[in-house]
Amino acid sequence: MYPADYRYTKDHEWIKVQGDIGTIGITDYAQQELGDVVFVDAPKVGAKLAPGKSFGSVESVKAVSEIYSPVSGEVTETNSLLVDTPEKINTDPHNTAWLIKLKLSDPKEVASLMDAAAYEAYIAEQAKEHSA
Amino acid sequence: MNPKLTDLDSPAKNVGKARAHVSQNEGLIFEQSAPGKRGMELPPLDVPAIDPAKALGSQHTRDAIEGFPEVSEIEVIRHFTRLSTWNYAIDLGMYPLGSCTMKYNPRVNEFVARLDGLATEHPEQPAEVSQGCLRILHDLQKCLLSITGMDAATLQPAAGAQGELTGLLMIRAYLESQGNPRHKVLIPDSAHGTNPASVVIAGYEVQNIKSNSRGQIDTDHLREFVTDDVAALMLTNPSTLGVFEERIAEIAAILHERGALLYMDGANMNALAGVTRPGDFGVDVMHLNLHKTFSTPHGGGGPGAGPVLAKKILEPFLPVPVVVQKPDGTYALDHNRPKSVGRVRAFAGNFGVLLRALAYTLAYGPGIRQATEDAVLNANYIRKNLEPYFDLPYNLPSMHEVVFSDARQKTKGVNTMDIAKRLIDYGFHPYTTAFPLIVPGAMMIEPTESESKQECDLFIDAMRSIAAEADATPDLVKTAPHSTRVGRLDEVAAARKPVLRWKPA
Amino acid sequence: MRYLPKSPSERQEMLASIGTRSIEELFTSIPEKFRLRAPLDLPGPLSESEIIQYFQARAAENARGYVSFLGAGVYQHLRSVAADALIQRGEFLTSYTPYQAEFAQGTLTAIFEFQTLMCQITGQEVANASMYDGSTALTEAVLMAERLTSRRHVLVARSVHPEYRQVLHTYAKNLGLEIEEIGYTASGQLDRAALKPETLARTAAVVVQSPNFFGVLEEIPALAEVAHASGALLVTAITEAVSLGIVRPPAEADIVAMEGQAFGIPPSYGGPYVGVIATRDKFVRQMPGRLAGQTTDAAGNRGFVLTLATREQHIRREKATSNICTNEALYALAATIHLCLIGKEGLREQALQNLAKARFAQSELEKIPGVRRVFTGPTFNEFSLEFPRSVKMINAELLREKIIGPFALGTQFPELTKRAVICVTETTPRAEIERFAAAVRRILEKPV
Repeated sequence: MYPADYRYTKDHEWIKVQGDIGTIGITDYAQQELGDVVFVDAPKVGAKLAPGKSFGSVESVKAVSEIYSPVSGEVTETNSLLVDTPEKINTDPHNTAWLIKLKLSDPKEVASLMDAAAYEAYIAEQAKEHSA
Repeated sequence: MNPKLTDLDSPAKNVGKARAHVSQNEGLIFEQSAPGKRGMELPPLDVPAIDPAKALGSQHTRDAIEGFPEVSEIEVIRHFTRLSTWNYAIDLGMYPLGSCTMKYNPRVNEFVARLDGLATEHPEQPAEVSQGCLRILHDLQKCLLSITGMDAATLQPAAGAQGELTGLLMIRAYLESQGNPRHKVLIPDSAHGTNPASVVIAGYEVQNIKSNSRGQIDTDHLREFVTDDVAALMLTNPSTLGVFEERIAEIAAILHERGALLYMDGANMNALAGVTRPGDFGVDVMHLNLHKTFSTPHGGGGPGAGPVLAKKILEPFLPVPVVVQKPDGTYALDHNRPKSVGRVRAFAGNFGVLLRALAYTLAYGPGIRQATEDAVLNANYIRKNLEPYFDLPYNLPSMHEVVFSDARQKTKGVNTMDIAKRLIDYGFHPYTTAFPLIVPGAMMIEPTESESKQECDLFIDAMRSIAAEADATPDLVKTAPHSTRVGRLDEVAAARKPVLRWKPA
Repeated sequence: MRYLPKSPSERQEMLASIGTRSIEELFTSIPEKFRLRAPLDLPGPLSESEIIQYFQARAAENARGYVSFLGAGVYQHLRSVAADALIQRGEFLTSYTPYQAEFAQGTLTAIFEFQTLMCQITGQEVANASMYDGSTALTEAVLMAERLTSRRHVLVARSVHPEYRQVLHTYAKNLGLEIEEIGYTASGQLDRAALKPETLARTAAVVVQSPNFFGVLEEIPALAEVAHASGALLVTAITEAVSLGIVRPPAEADIVAMEGQAFGIPPSYGGPYVGVIATRDKFVRQMPGRLAGQTTDAAGNRGFVLTLATREQHIRREKATSNICTNEALYALAATIHLCLIGKEGLREQALQNLAKARFAQSELEKIPGVRRVFTGPTFNEFSLEFPRSVKMINAELLREKIIGPFALGTQFPELTKRAVICVTETTPRAEIERFAAAVRRILEKPV
C-alpha cells in the first residue's frame, strides 16, 4: 500500500525523491481521514518552503487539513490536475494526485523521515488511539 | 393493497408525532418571471420628470437589470409562502440545539417593533425628537446590567461574534493604558469557533488550552499558562458541555493576579439569568446573545445583537457613542469619549432587535429566574430519561443543556449525524451535531424553557425509538431522513463546483 | 407566566422523575456564595397590553408625523405590506440557520435568490447571504482585499460615509493596516490626481462610495483602471441601494460592499439592516459570510445547501476569513421579497422618482438667496448645498415646524461648515418639499 521508495511524515505527507527534485503529496491515510476532497489550496511556483512550514491546504466539505513541507526547497511545479479534479486525491493519493514538486535545498533532510514500514506502524498506532 | 398507501404509513415516514403531508412544489422566482408583470405600483410622480441620461450623463446610467424578476403580488405571496412551508420553526416544535437557546419568540415583540414612531426613526435625527428610542436603549442597558451584575454597557455590536471582538478590543485598550497590551488570549478547546476567529481580528494570538478530564478549565495547571504575555482567558460558562465551571472564582483570581482579564462568552446565559451574575463571580467583560437568551427571533440566521457588559475599569473604552442619561433626565448619545476603542458599526446598534429584547425582559421582570429554572429542569429531565440509551461522556451536573455521544450507536455504524437526520422524520429539528469538538460524535441537547412536559416526553420517546432502530434496523437511521422534500444533499458537489446564483438559460 | 408551558404539578412530576425534591438542587454546581438569594431589580412583569403601552409611550416621544430630509446612509423608501406579512410567518421568523438543509429548503432557496438579485443589481458575479450592515461589509471587503493582494496599505476617499470610515479604522488598527485618506475635488468626486502609481503599487485597495456621502456619483471605470494598473483592487461602497435602479452598477469594481436597507427595510433608528458583499467568482474563497449553493439529492431533486463552509469560523476557527456567524438573514429575505414585488420596472420607476424629486427640491432651494450648490458632479437623490447661515441653527428652526433638516457637514468635515446634504426620496410629497423650501427661505430672511 505505501510505496517502499517514498518517505513519510507524522502529518501524513509523502515525499518521493529523484535526484534533487522531490515530489510531495498526502497519504492514503490522510485522504481517508479527510473524506471527499473538494479543493486544494496550492502554493505559487517559486515559493520557498522549510520543514514543518505549512504550504497550503486540502479541504473536504467539513474540514481543512494544512499540509506541511517535510523538507526545505523551492516549489518548481504544482499539479494542475487538482484544480479541476481535486477528488483525484481520494482515488490516487500516492501517484497522479501529487501536490507539488520542489527542488531540494538539503537532500540529507530526507533521511530523517519515516520509511514505509515505520509509517505503517505509526498509522496502526494512530488508528488504535482513535478507537480507544 | 395500494402500494402508495402503504408507503405513506411506513414507519420510515410516519412516526412519533409526525405524519407526511402534501407540500407544494415551487421553482425559483426568476423562473416565473415574465415581462410586463409587476407586484408593486408607485403613486404618480408629482414633480416634473427627469431624463436620467441627460441629468447624470449616459456613462452613469444603466440598462434594464437583466433577469430581474417581473412577477405579480399573488405570485410573490404564493412563492414565499410555499417556501416557508418547507422550513421547520420554533412555532412548529422544539429545536433541541445546544447553545442556541431556541426559545419562543413572543409576538408582542413583533408588534411593538413595528410601531409608527419606532420603526420609522432615522438614526441621525436630533436627540430632541429621539427621546423614546434613546430611553428604550437606556432602559435595556439598565436591565442587562442588573442581570449580569456589571457596571457598563454597549448595545452596538450586531451579533455575538461582534460582541466578542468588541470585548477583546476593550481589553486591549485597557491593557494598553496600563502599559502593555500583551499578545495572547487563552481559549479552551471546547470553545465556539467565533472565539478564536474574534481573537485574531483583535490582533491577538490564540493559545488553545486543553480541557481537563471533566471537560472543564484545567485550573490546576492554569497558572502555567497565564504568563505576563496573556491578555485574557475567553471562557463560556456554563461550558459548551452545559456544565458550570465550579472553580470559576479561582480561575478569575489566577488571571487577575497576573493582570489578565476574564472574558465570558454569554451564549449560555439561559442557565444563569436571575440565579447568578457573572459580575459576581469574577467576569470582567462579557457579551450576551439577544437572539438566544433574550428571545429575539433567529429569522433563519439573523439579525442578532451582541451587547457587551463590562466592569468599571473598562468603561472608558466602550465603543462610541455611549447612551447616557443627562443630569436633566433627558437621554443622549455621548460622542465625547476620548479613550473609546472606536465604533464597531454605523449608528447605535440593531435597534429593532434591542427593542424586542427589552419587551421580553419587561414581560418577565424579576420573574426571569423562573425561565432559567424551567430551562434547567427541562434539560435535566431529558438527560435523566435518555441516559439509559445514549453514552454520557462527562457525568457532571448539567445545567440548561446536556451532551451525549454516539459511542453506543457507533458500534452498529450509526453516528450522531444519522441519528440527527432520523429525528427529522419524528418531527423534531436535530440537536447540535459534532460540537463541542472535545466530544467525538457529540449530541448536544438544549430544550429551553419553552418546551412543555408533553413536548419533552415526545422528544424522549423519539430518541428512545431511534436508539432501538439503531440497534435493530440501523440502515433505516443511516439513510434518514425519509420524509422530507429532498433527501441528503450532495454537499461535495456543491463545494467542488459551486453554483451560487441563478443564471438565465 | 404566559411564555412558560408548565403547570406547578408538572414541575413536581418532572423533579420527581429526576430524583430531586426542589429546583435548587439542580443549581448546586454554582458555588453557594454566587447564588442570588433575592430577585433581581428589574422593571415588570408587564402584561401584553402594558408592554404595548410602554412602547407606544416611547413612540410618542420621537418624530412621528415629521417629514425628514435626512439620508446619510439610511433612506425613507416605500415598503410593502406583503413583504412584512411574509417575514412574520413563523416558518421564516422563528426558523434557525439552515445547517440541516433537508428541513430548511425555504430559507436556503430564498438565500440563493437573494444572492442572485444582489449580483444582478451590482453587476458582480457572486454575492453572499448577508453581512451585518454596509459599514461592516465595507470593512470586511477591505480585509478581503488585503488577503487577496497581500498588501497592507489602503486608500480611502474622505467622501465615504464618516461612520463607515470610523468602523474601518477600529478594525484596521489592530491588524497592521495602514489607512490613508484621499480628498475630493470641486466636483465632489475623488481627487484622482492624489492616486500616485508609486503609492498604488503597495495599495491593497482604493475605497470609494458611489453615490458618495455628498451625494455625488464617482467615475468607477476610470478609478478601476488606475487601481488595476498598479495591482490594487477597487472596493466600492453603496449606501443608497435604490440608486442602482437607474445608476450604472460598479461592474468594474473588484468588491462591492452595499447597505441593503433601502430595499424595503424600515429605518428603525439604526438597525437591523442588511449588508451585502458582492465580488468576482475568482475571489469567492476569500469572501466572508455564508453562501448557499445549488446541488441535488440522490434522487436528482434540486436543492440548496450552505457551502464553501471551510472559509468560516466554525471550521477554520482562528484562520477563518471572518468571525461572522449570525448575520441578517431575515432582512435579506425582506429585501428579496421587496425586490420581487417592486420588480425590474418598479425599481427603475422608483429610482426615477427619487431623481426627479431631488432635482425639484434642489431647484426650489437654489432659488433662495444665498443658497448655492456645493459640488459640480452628478447626483442621485442626495445633494449638497451651501447656506448663508449655520445649518445647525436652520435645522433647530425647522424642527419647530416638524421638519427634520438635512445633514450638517461641518462636524465631520470642518472645511465644509454651513453646508449640508439634503436627501429627497419618492416618499416625500411635493407639498412637503415646497413647505421645506418656504420654511428655509423664511428662516434665512429673519434678521440674525
